Amino acid sequence: MAAKSGNSKVGSVMVVGAGIAGIQASLDLAESGFYVHLVDASPSIGGLMPQLDKTFPTNDCSMCIVSPKLVDAGRHLNINIISNTEVDFVEGEVGNFTAHLVNHPRFIDPVKCTGCGVCKQHCPVTAVNEFNEGLDRRAATYIKYPQAVPLAYAIDRETCIGCGLCEKLCLAKAVVYAEEERRSTLEVGAIILAPGNEVFDPTAFDTYSYAHHPNVVTSLEFERILSASGPYQGHLMRPYDREEPKSVAWLQCVGSRDINHCDNGYCSAVCCMYAIKEAVIAKEHSHEPLDTAIFFMDMRTYGKDFEKYYERAREEHGVRFIRSRVHTVDPVEEGRLKIIYTDEEGKSLEEEFDMVVLSSGFQPSKRTVELAERLGIELNEHNFAETSSFEPVKTSREGIFVCGAFRDPKDIPISVMEASAAAAAAAAPLVESRFTLTKTKELPAERLVAGEEPRVGVFVCNCGINIGGYADVPAVRDYARNLPNVVHVEDNLFTCSQDTQEKIREVIKEKDINRVVVASCSPRTHEPMFQETIREAGLNKYLFEMANIRDQDTWVHQNDPQGATQKAKDLVRSAVAKAALLDPLEQTVLGLNKVALVVGGGVAGMVAALSLADQGFPVHLVEKTGELGGNALKLRKTWKGEDIGSYVKDLVARVQSHEHITLHTNTQVVANTGFVGNFDTILEKVDDPEQKTTVQHGVSIVATGGKESRPTEYLYGEDDRVLTALELDSRLKEDGNGFKNVNRAVFIQCVGSREPERPYCSKICCTHSIESALQLKELNPDMNVYILYRDIRTYGFREELYKKARAKGIIFIRYSLERKPQVSNGSGSLQVQVYDPILGRDLVIPADALVLASAVLPNEAKEVVRALKVNQNAEGFFLEAHMKLRPVDFGSDGLFLCGLAHYPKSIDEAIAQAQAAAARAATVLAKDVITLGAVKAVVEPDKCAVCLTCVRTCPFGVPYIGEDGYAVIDPAGCHGCGACVAECPGKAISLQHFTDKQLIAKTEALLLKEIGEAAAGK
Amino acid sequence: MRLNYPTNIRIINVPCTGRVDILHLLKAIEDGADGVYVVGCLEGDCHYLTGNLKARKRVNYVKKLLEEMGIEPGRVEIYNLSAAQGPRFAEIAREFTARIKELGPTPVRAGGKAKEKAA
Repeated sequence: MAAKSGNSKVGSVMVVGAGIAGIQASLDLAESGFYVHLVDASPSIGGLMPQLDKTFPTNDCSMCIVSPKLVDAGRHLNINIISNTEVDFVEGEVGNFTAHLVNHPRFIDPVKCTGCGVCKQHCPVTAVNEFNEGLDRRAATYIKYPQAVPLAYAIDRETCIGCGLCEKLCLAKAVVYAEEERRSTLEVGAIILAPGNEVFDPTAFDTYSYAHHPNVVTSLEFERILSASGPYQGHLMRPYDREEPKSVAWLQCVGSRDINHCDNGYCSAVCCMYAIKEAVIAKEHSHEPLDTAIFFMDMRTYGKDFEKYYERAREEHGVRFIRSRVHTVDPVEEGRLKIIYTDEEGKSLEEEFDMVVLSSGFQPSKRTVELAERLGIELNEHNFAETSSFEPVKTSREGIFVCGAFRDPKDIPISVMEASAAAAAAAAPLVESRFTLTKTKELPAERLVAGEEPRVGVFVCNCGINIGGYADVPAVRDYARNLPNVVHVEDNLFTCSQDTQEKIREVIKEKDINRVVVASCSPRTHEPMFQETIREAGLNKYLFEMANIRDQDTWVHQNDPQGATQKAKDLVRSAVAKAALLDPLEQTVLGLNKVALVVGGGVAGMVAALSLADQGFPVHLVEKTGELGGNALKLRKTWKGEDIGSYVKDLVARVQSHEHITLHTNTQVVANTGFVGNFDTILEKVDDPEQKTTVQHGVSIVATGGKESRPTEYLYGEDDRVLTALELDSRLKEDGNGFKNVNRAVFIQCVGSREPERPYCSKICCTHSIESALQLKELNPDMNVYILYRDIRTYGFREELYKKARAKGIIFIRYSLERKPQVSNGSGSLQVQVYDPILGRDLVIPADALVLASAVLPNEAKEVVRALKVNQNAEGFFLEAHMKLRPVDFGSDGLFLCGLAHYPKSIDEAIAQAQAAAARAATVLAKDVITLGAVKAVVEPDKCAVCLTCVRTCPFGVPYIGEDGYAVIDPAGCHGCGACVAECPGKAISLQHFTDKQLIAKTEALLLKEIGEAAAGK
Repeated sequence: MRLNYPTNIRIINVPCTGRVDILHLLKAIEDGADGVYVVGCLEGDCHYLTGNLKARKRVNYVKKLLEEMGIEPGRVEIYNLSAAQGPRFAEIAREFTARIKELGPTPVRAGGKAKEKAA
């Protein structure tokens, strides 16, 4: 690392907490030129996500989607993972912090440990397995889960008896019993806190029997029960007798919205969705029809695609939803549980279930609160980090940022988004030090192997005893010796260990090896490492092939050593056959235009533009209208009471005067060509299509925004007293005194949302209406204010506002979709008729004002969709690359999104998302070149018949017919899926590294030999 | 998960099932495989958007070709599953193996090319 000079800022960032938020922040920073120290108290990174079974609303396997991120962070040259470590205190200021750390001993050297697991298998001690939430036991030498990063064991010295067996058995000599606690320091320029939350312990709810009854579990325990890697291998069983339950109940708001059993008055924001998910997945896991019931107060399915998920659970999967309060869970015979609850009408009812899941909320752990106190950052009344809506990831201490669940309870996508936002915010003050501390690898020149006969080296791994304990590795090794083109074979205890890597590099040189085959574990985790090794020995990284003889052989054929050995030989033979045909491939390196295009001049667009401009990147900001500010111009205050008007004014002024921002108002995007790094976009004046400008840029951020819908019911547009939420806002802004004489005001929620024709929740309206209702109450405390709602969705700390409204006497009446309120003005006054389920009768409210919480719609942005070829969902919101882990990326590289165009959201979320889009964009713009992978489709011009099949087949619209009259596939756009290759009738296209010749050679080698051997044996 | 399944399955990795060519399937049958199946992402979940749908079409086409050649179309199949469905992967391996055992050895091997080679 370069030494820092006296007054300059340190180009590294410390990220505290390595859950998904901490990992995302680290990856974004490391990819944009900063060295990252990722500190976590646990022996491995990943946080909560690896414990989850599936994730809502896509039902993606949590482990499957997080594990590539773990691997990316683990392998990144500029991310230094510091496990088993806590931050003691921090000195200094932004740009120059000194962090003092406490490194707890792990007792196993993570560098030497290969993760083979022999220590665990022989450890005689068992301890409670925290990863499975105490539902089973593990050894004292343990790894949290098989995909853990770093892939290294640890010894739990609390339970270890010090027998020394693991030390004797460890072939890698990684066990260090004598390790002691150390203290160390780090010099960093900025700090990001991502410590996450803990799950509420429901032991305090003594009436719910959690502490005494095994069949009452927390939601996280239930995740482990459902998980294939959990204590019951994914079989749905109840802990009491390991029988499959026939009925399961979920109780919502345990440790949330409750100041009776605990102090957590807020809503934990995610439990409604995970309960629905768990109910649906449990039904899928169950062999017999499973009855599932969710006992809830308000169903808060407010996020993107959540409402549809709720609908499907109810209509298609038959999950029962019971609006109620549960006061007691009583054990009855045979491990069953009786739930005694009060329904909406006040009736006391009871029902029996085989199992009860408590939907536990989130709270900051004691350790996190103490850390915050040591760092001197301000906390809110609930012990979460205090932030402003306008600077959502900034803590009270300059240079320390926050993201994820420690800011407020939230789900994975919003945590990921905030993590990127925190990366952008942490990068801003350190821009001058970008790339001062990052490392690059010095590589020798590549050896030219073209024209050489293939000389294949085969390395067969024993993986401790993972492979060698089942298959006959020496036999596989000797068999490989006689395969065509093989010039070197050996077997290794661990082919992946540091010393074997060294050996491989030496052997390559010594024996002039020009193709390498490793027969070991999964290419998913290990191929990049071996490719790096051969590259360091001067070989092109594509001259490498792997045979998976562990995950796909010895691990799944433990009972058949002979079969496993035969299969290993076949897989090695097949890999050698492909290796002989491997070509060195050149990775295209392109220059790039370090300029951004931001489409949309609302708050999201402006924040994204400023965030990039502040990092020194030139930005073109395009706004269709003549004015910057978008919807925010119509808003009064955030739900916390911060003045939006003055914020927007400042923002506009900063944008207009920023040296790096070129503003294009009254302008729209009409055409776009090129790929990430090098786009050309044509802009056109809205009122003068002749006036065109072409801008060249490397990335685009789409922030085209949304709008309030025009209601078509409740006398809107027919009676002046009926207003939309935004119309009320502008009247209040102009002159609130007009409302002083209003005696009765009624708000109707979900106007045009959560209806069959628009099946999503607009997310912001509950909070907005309550905030407006409180404002009316303030203007005239005697006013009767009614809010007619379906579910109150004041998620997170917004619940405080709901509580305040109730305390101020605002009357909440629930209505159902089947029985919507009726509005008439027959006798001159507005009459709102609504059925009150608590009273069990219709009420008629004479109203002086009726406010409709109308749906939030995306702006159409047709020209943007057409020009940028981006996708929208059925409702017209833009579709992100991945709902959970790539929430601000589009599917195509170099395109990002933020704001209402993605989904309805509050201003603080829109700002965080805009900063996130900027951070993601900076990972492209910070680099000087773009290096493309070489697995790309390549056209042989002579064979191309210009039939356009590839043009039609490509899911990404990449191929086109070039000027020379044949198909052209730009490697910058090609995703390398190979769909066009398989469809091309002239076989004019091939996919590099997966050519027909290579794939057929693999198949042939597998089959012909097998037949030959079978015949010879007979 | 280390779930056991029969040892007679050999996996050839491709970037996407959309890369699987009719030629690859036919070649495997020609080379004497008793059966071939393609395993892709769940429909609607393709990492490359539509590759698995294209693969399904091709598999169905190969089935038709086999039928015309007098080879049981059941020797070729396509399955969809997510990376999270390890148990289903093992189940498919067992299911398909059982199916092929029922069909018996490939007529290709008993008849033409393979026999010559063995001799």
